[in-house]
Amino acid sequence: MNVVVCLKQVPDTETKIQINPQKDGISDEGVKFVINPYDEYAIEQALRIKEKFGGEVTILCLGPDRATESIRTALAMGADKGVHLCDSAFEKLDSYATAKVLSKALKDIPFNIILLGKQAVDYDNSQVFSILAEMLNLPQVSVVIGLEISDDKTRLIAKREIEAGGLEVVESSLPAIIAAQKGLNEPRYASLPGIMKAKKKEIKKLALSDLGLSPDELKNKINMANFTFPPQRVAGKIIQGEAAEAVCELANLLHQEEKLI
Amino acid sequence: MANEIWVIVEQRDNKLKKVSFEILSQARKIADKIKAQVSAILMGYKVEGLANILGYYGAGQVFLCESDILKNYSNEGYSQIVADLAKEHQPLIILGPATAMGKDFLPKVAAKLNTGLASDCTFLDIDANGKLLLKKPIFAGKVIVDVSVSNSLQMASIRPNVLPISEPDESKQVQINKAEVKISTESIRAKVKEIIQSAKDKVDLTEAKVIVSGGRAMKSGDNFKILEELVGVLGESATVGASRAAVDSGFAPHDMQVGQTGKVVNPDLYIACGISGAIQHLAGMQTSKCIIAINKDPDAPIFQKANYGIVGDLFQVVPLLTQEIKKLKTEN
Repeated sequence: MNVVVCLKQVPDTETKIQINPQKDGISDEGVKFVINPYDEYAIEQALRIKEKFGGEVTILCLGPDRATESIRTALAMGADKGVHLCDSAFEKLDSYATAKVLSKALKDIPFNIILLGKQAVDYDNSQVFSILAEMLNLPQVSVVIGLEISDDKTRLIAKREIEAGGLEVVESSLPAIIAAQKGLNEPRYASLPGIMKAKKKEIKKLALSDLGLSPDELKNKINMANFTFPPQRVAGKIIQGEAAEAVCELANLLHQEEKLI
Repeated sequence: MANEIWVIVEQRDNKLKKVSFEILSQARKIADKIKAQVSAILMGYKVEGLANILGYYGAGQVFLCESDILKNYSNEGYSQIVADLAKEHQPLIILGPATAMGKDFLPKVAAKLNTGLASDCTFLDIDANGKLLLKKPIFAGKVIVDVSVSNSLQMASIRPNVLPISEPDESKQVQINKAEVKISTESIRAKVKEIIQSAKDKVDLTEAKVIVSGGRAMKSGDNFKILEELVGVLGESATVGASRAAVDSGFAPHDMQVGQTGKVVNPDLYIACGISGAIQHLAGMQTSKCIIAINKDPDAPIFQKANYGIVGDLFQVVPLLTQEIKKLKTEN
């Protein structure tokens, strides 16, 4: 059972984001970059599939040079090899163009299942899994918190989160694309031997020309501009006094001033 | 091209989701600006009874797509229907909800139609040339950007609980166009076998008007019952949330998590109990209209974002607040 995990490197969620002077992106300076948290669940699930069924786990990552570090981390967790799609033409691609590049690269990687995070926590588009499924003509299940693969490796049962704590139980044929949600598993940490082994694992770098793509094919359909910070909240009133008094005042404020209760 | 703005509405169990009315109301306003029609796309099984209501909120016509194949949602079925209809009728704009359903199938529709989808938008307007004016939060709301679609067919998904709902006009008639559903069972490879609902009538965090959230200081999952009790007196549209620290400590399930790796919420009232206010949490709740912080630590960053704060022990403050609100409600 061969598994491909599509990985994205993103700013750590605890990082303070700075907007660049052109207001068309964020500044990389001082930003700690990590594996997209939702992709970690995809990596962990891939490793569990490999442990049960055998086969290979390939990490497929589109990103700048610095993303090599995140691929290396995934290899240290136990993935077998990496493919790094790295080209200045790949900068600032929208979801459609990203899926296009990934779909081209996937033509040369054997897989039975593709796993990725349900969204990247930077641009929050949550679209690549779905567009990729369409381009590759594969079934998809997204926001998955439970995944089982049949012993004959032809079908899967996935639990997918919907609103208000509800779940859909979805059955699908394989190959398929699964978009992971937090709760799917508990991702492992890279072990020391894992980190040592990862140093020797192959990371193949591919550029635009290697994929037989032209820049025209990667024209964005979605454009983002005018990056701004939301209005800053100002600290309000600390209600003083004993708990009972303070609560009484708070309840009255919510009732009379804010008209919320 | 038909001079139409399409709104994909959402129903589950033959009940229309509120976000459907939110998008329809705004679609009506932008359609008036460019003198276009609003059409609703209604998909499901035996859902014709819902069509008239869509008219009250601004739809001039409804494309009614009914089939037993659509009894359960499937991304393959829903995306095929919308894409086929759009190819036939050529609308100017397609709008839909950024819900569990919409997020799953709208990008697929965009891919089938070879256009772009601006996803999870929190602002929707239009200019005189018919170009959508959209804004979207990124980094879970740490930054807001203007988004535009460069193709002639523009698609956008809209976050629930953001756009206001217009007063329904029950005198409005709607034209119902029954669309033939040409989908075979075999074409749906990923099929819903079962739907597991947790609590009956539980309010979703993204649609809640009031959220009471607990953090690490809750100390245990059992202690969340004091938050449940407070929610109980705050009305039907109130629900309980949790911080990442509380979820990672096992006090609450992940679907209750508010923040960057959880849900981004937008209630009228957000009560943070024992939550210090990490960046990733603040990003997910800072658009709440009124924030209350209850925390022992007077230096907790949450107080910098709160409209009102009480420095104190949540185990003392929360039950008192429940009593006080109960008292206020019985008096009024």
